[in-house]
Amino acid sequence: MHLFGLFFRSSIGRKILMAVTGLILIGFVIGHLVGNLQVFQDPDHLNGYAQFLRQLGPWLWVARLVLIVSVVIHIWAATALTLENNRARGPEPYGVKYTIRATLASRSMRLTGYVVLAFVLYHLAHFTWGAVSRESYKDNLELYTMQNDYRFAGMPVVKAGAEVHDVHEMVILGFQSPVVSLFYIVAVGLLSFHLLHGFDSLFQTFGLRSSRWSGCLRKVTVLFCLVYFLGNLAIPGAVLIGSLRPHTARVAVSGR
Amino acid sequence: MVAANTTQPLSITLRVWRQADARQPGKFVEYQAKDLSPNMSFLEMLDVVNDQLTGKGEDPIAFAHDCREGICGTCSCTINGKPHGPGKGVATCQIYMRAFRDGDVVTVEPFRAAAFPVVKDLITDRSAFDKIQSAGGFITVRAGSAPEANGMPVPKPDADLAMDAATCIGCGACVAACKNASAMLFVAAKVSHLGLMPQGQAERDRRVLAMVGTMDELGFGNCTNYYECSAACPKLISHDFIARMNRDFLTASFRTSFKPESAGASGGAA
Amino acid sequence: MATLESKTPSGPLADKWRKHKADIKLVNPANKRKYEVIVVGAGLAGASAASSLADLGYKVKCFVFHDSPRRAHSIAAQGGINAAKNYQNDGDSVYRLFYDTIKGGDYRSREANVHRLAEVSVNIIDQCVAQGVPFAREYGGLLANRSFGGAQVSRTFYARGQTGQQLLLGAYSALMRTAGAGTVDLRTQKEMLDLVVVDGQAKGVIVRDLVTGALERHAADAVVLATGGYGNVFNLSTYARGSNATAIWRAYKRGACFANPCYTQIHPTCIPVSGDYQSKLTLMSESLRNDGRIWVPKKKEDRLKDPSTIADADRDYFLERMYPAFGNLCPRDIASRAAKRVCDEGRGVGPSGLGVYLDFSDAISRLGANGVRERYGNLFDIYHEITAESAYEQPMRIFPAVHYTMGGLWVDYNLMSNIPGLFVLGEANFSDHGANRLGASALMQGLADGYFVIPYTIGDYLATQKPGSRPSADGAQFKAAEEAIRTMTKRFVDNQGREPVSHFHKRLGKLMWEFCGMARTKAGLETALQKIPELREEFWANVRVPGSAETLNQSLEQAGRVADFLELGELMCRDALTREESCGGHFREEHQHPDGECKRNDDGFGHVAAWEYRGEGQTPQRNVEALNYEFVKMSVRNYK
Repeated sequence: MHLFGLFFRSSIGRKILMAVTGLILIGFVIGHLVGNLQVFQDPDHLNGYAQFLRQLGPWLWVARLVLIVSVVIHIWAATALTLENNRARGPEPYGVKYTIRATLASRSMRLTGYVVLAFVLYHLAHFTWGAVSRESYKDNLELYTMQNDYRFAGMPVVKAGAEVHDVHEMVILGFQSPVVSLFYIVAVGLLSFHLLHGFDSLFQTFGLRSSRWSGCLRKVTVLFCLVYFLGNLAIPGAVLIGSLRPHTARVAVSGR
Repeated sequence: MVAANTTQPLSITLRVWRQADARQPGKFVEYQAKDLSPNMSFLEMLDVVNDQLTGKGEDPIAFAHDCREGICGTCSCTINGKPHGPGKGVATCQIYMRAFRDGDVVTVEPFRAAAFPVVKDLITDRSAFDKIQSAGGFITVRAGSAPEANGMPVPKPDADLAMDAATCIGCGACVAACKNASAMLFVAAKVSHLGLMPQGQAERDRRVLAMVGTMDELGFGNCTNYYECSAACPKLISHDFIARMNRDFLTASFRTSFKPESAGASGGAA
Repeated sequence: MATLESKTPSGPLADKWRKHKADIKLVNPANKRKYEVIVVGAGLAGASAASSLADLGYKVKCFVFHDSPRRAHSIAAQGGINAAKNYQNDGDSVYRLFYDTIKGGDYRSREANVHRLAEVSVNIIDQCVAQGVPFAREYGGLLANRSFGGAQVSRTFYARGQTGQQLLLGAYSALMRTAGAGTVDLRTQKEMLDLVVVDGQAKGVIVRDLVTGALERHAADAVVLATGGYGNVFNLSTYARGSNATAIWRAYKRGACFANPCYTQIHPTCIPVSGDYQSKLTLMSESLRNDGRIWVPKKKEDRLKDPSTIADADRDYFLERMYPAFGNLCPRDIASRAAKRVCDEGRGVGPSGLGVYLDFSDAISRLGANGVRERYGNLFDIYHEITAESAYEQPMRIFPAVHYTMGGLWVDYNLMSNIPGLFVLGEANFSDHGANRLGASALMQGLADGYFVIPYTIGDYLATQKPGSRPSADGAQFKAAEEAIRTMTKRFVDNQGREPVSHFHKRLGKLMWEFCGMARTKAGLETALQKIPELREEFWANVRVPGSAETLNQSLEQAGRVADFLELGELMCRDALTREESCGGHFREEHQHPDGECKRNDDGFGHVAAWEYRGEGQTPQRNVEALNYEFVKMSVRNYK
């Protein structure tokens, strides 16, 4: 249990946990974005992809469990470290507060973290649990009939003609509310900002960052965050400006 | 060109943290420091103010200082929120009054951190650093037992990098500047200095685990990669050493957790 | 009268130390833990001694007035450390290092001590490398060397410009290791205020806790002082502000002889004083003299002029004029005295008139600004930081400053003073540098004493002490000593004077600098001997120490130290007056060769003068230890 103790009790150990879980979550958000960008193709793609994920069955739960554990550890470690940090700063604050070079992104990690957490819960409630805007939730939409096979890694994982949830429709309907879209945009903006510090920070924590290439790493980080943000902006943005529209007539829903 | 500006005397208002001892609460007190030569060092300015206070029978401002050439690491004022004050790569004693303008209000505080309790006024107790050092910041070698110095070549790049880390003067500005009062830069500098040398390999894993463990116990904060420490460091020691220590810690954790232990590790009776 | 028995072993020079080590008494391992040794100070000598003694098994208590043992002023040594390794294959040897040191010391040190120093110098490098000191390396990974003043071989090991700091960190790491292991009881922020002598032997100290103000009594079987030099008697020096003579001075007042107090080293290239507020003089490396030309205006009225407007014909390159052979590279003491002379003539530059130009314009036109930057960039940066002047655009101003004191408590070959049980190491003793110390030798001596001499020699004394025989700290002598300190402290705090301590320190410094500085005269020293007691009297009548003694009180700390300087300064002048010759760092204007070199008087003064305290108001006794040169012939120092 020596190793366990080193990771969960020492300061560097918990930083490493933050970095490992952060890396898992970054992997997830990249995959999630890439998957969702299929919304710009015909509904077969996103719907087939959603169906494919459902078909993973227990494996989906394994993945979900990994993500949940990562989120829990990430938040636990952040909270524990923050509480210690506040204590370490001592009883008397500086009379004059001054920052030499710490970036705004690094200093607002906690804030951006909270907002992102709130957003994730809302996002799950919105599209996974259907707890908000029930009428556009996938269970309440007509099933979609696959026109073509959905292929994943070259294999036809969802066959043409299969009746699947119309996730494509749900996404577009969901983002038709400017308030929801705006919240979404702000939240992914903050997540990108969170990653602006988190991304190269994890290299530092793993001991892989050095002045030899930290400038390059910084550029990659900024580029990554920008691309990530733009990718996420694209979906609600396209819905709001009307270039992404529901493929079924809205009347069909209201007429049910 | 400089001559004209540098002889113009200046006056400033000092806001100094006064605290009688660790138990009593402190507060800021204002003093006027008038007609100062810009070529005076900041600490010399405090000397002058103190002589004036002494003349009035008031308790002079206690501040830590010794070598006054930026190498002993004793001086430790936070000036206008920045440990060691304005300037890059300098200790408090290397700040000159020309860094300020006539009429400035200059706030002077101790280095603040829970692990550095205030002793009096601007003096803090930084013995925590010594405790970290005691935990593993050494290579065990008795006087007389050392092998021939040139018996173990040290690649020049390693020696140079070790020297970069070894320039740490143990002032604690890294802790004072860190938003989390973390001592990572200090510990990383020590761990890296010894860990980069072939001589330091025998105790390398034990050293990093022990020093980090002691650092944690002493109530320092945790590193969040702000890099304020290296910016405030009077020797501009790079936070690259923190990355290096993180890696060292990771590998040491695995190695010590899985490496088999000798049953006779405690040493047999003679 | 104290007996000064050097205990120098007999036999051939090169065998003395080996023979001595074989002859001296040992303490058996089981008994070592029964002896307690107090080490005061944790610079190179103190830290290395404390950790080495603890590793041997002695119980060690180490007192430091700093907040951490890593802060001692050994850290400030820049240049390097000498060792007779002969890695350069340039003909170095133990004998050569010995000879250079003896000659550099102007034949006023003990042959056997210096030879031992040269012998163990090689072990020091081994020890420090093993500790992880990051010495400069060649590309092949082996140690690099450079040359240094006073030697014709490259034997100086260095770690950038921080050799002292790196060596101290090595010694400090050993000290912290032993402190962590519990074999050294390390007490920081405790200042030694008195030595306790019981039945004629050093058996303890009185220290003041600088944070709480509490006085403490500590008993031991032996006391080791490694408290550094006393250059701060001059107020302005390259010493740290906290460096003080209190420990050795109070030991002197308890009977330890003070040897050669007048030997002080002045370094020619320091940044000059800029005002009365000045607290510290910063050293600029002497290497600057390789490419800089030193001058002052020929005419007094030009001294405040912009130097660039002074025509070459109106400049006096006085070193080149006075010493055409060596020019700007003449030895430290000669360069320093020449600078003083031109300033005394009223031609000194800068606002204070105490400075000479060190001009790089020729070097810049020869090498280009970048060429100069490559060689001296960091020094120019330091200069700029302190003076806000760019030495690329205008000449630097430099002036000599007090840098090291060769004198100190008298010790025998075992480094034991004339008080049995009191050992003195490093700059605090007088033993190895004679009348002048060579560059890169201070670090060597501190570590030699701590790592390689005291671990052997202390046993020779302790073996004569019955284990467990050390007196109790509650004994009468301890209580009396503590009471005396309490009375002194109370006197300071209760004194309703008007002037801060610094006022008296500055005045003492000026007196010392004027009359007992680079060049001394009979008349000047006699004036000082009259003025210093007056100043001392004024000090006690008019000093103001605010605050209480029961808390951290920096004025009180300083008051005690300055009180000691006010007495020590007088002794230095007395010693300088009595020593009717010039040698090394002691220059009497009456005794010089026509070229301004020191004129020694080997027959009259080829000895150590060890002063013995005889009570308040009494003239101290001047004891003499003859220096018998068996192996080297005393000759005129010649660097030409």
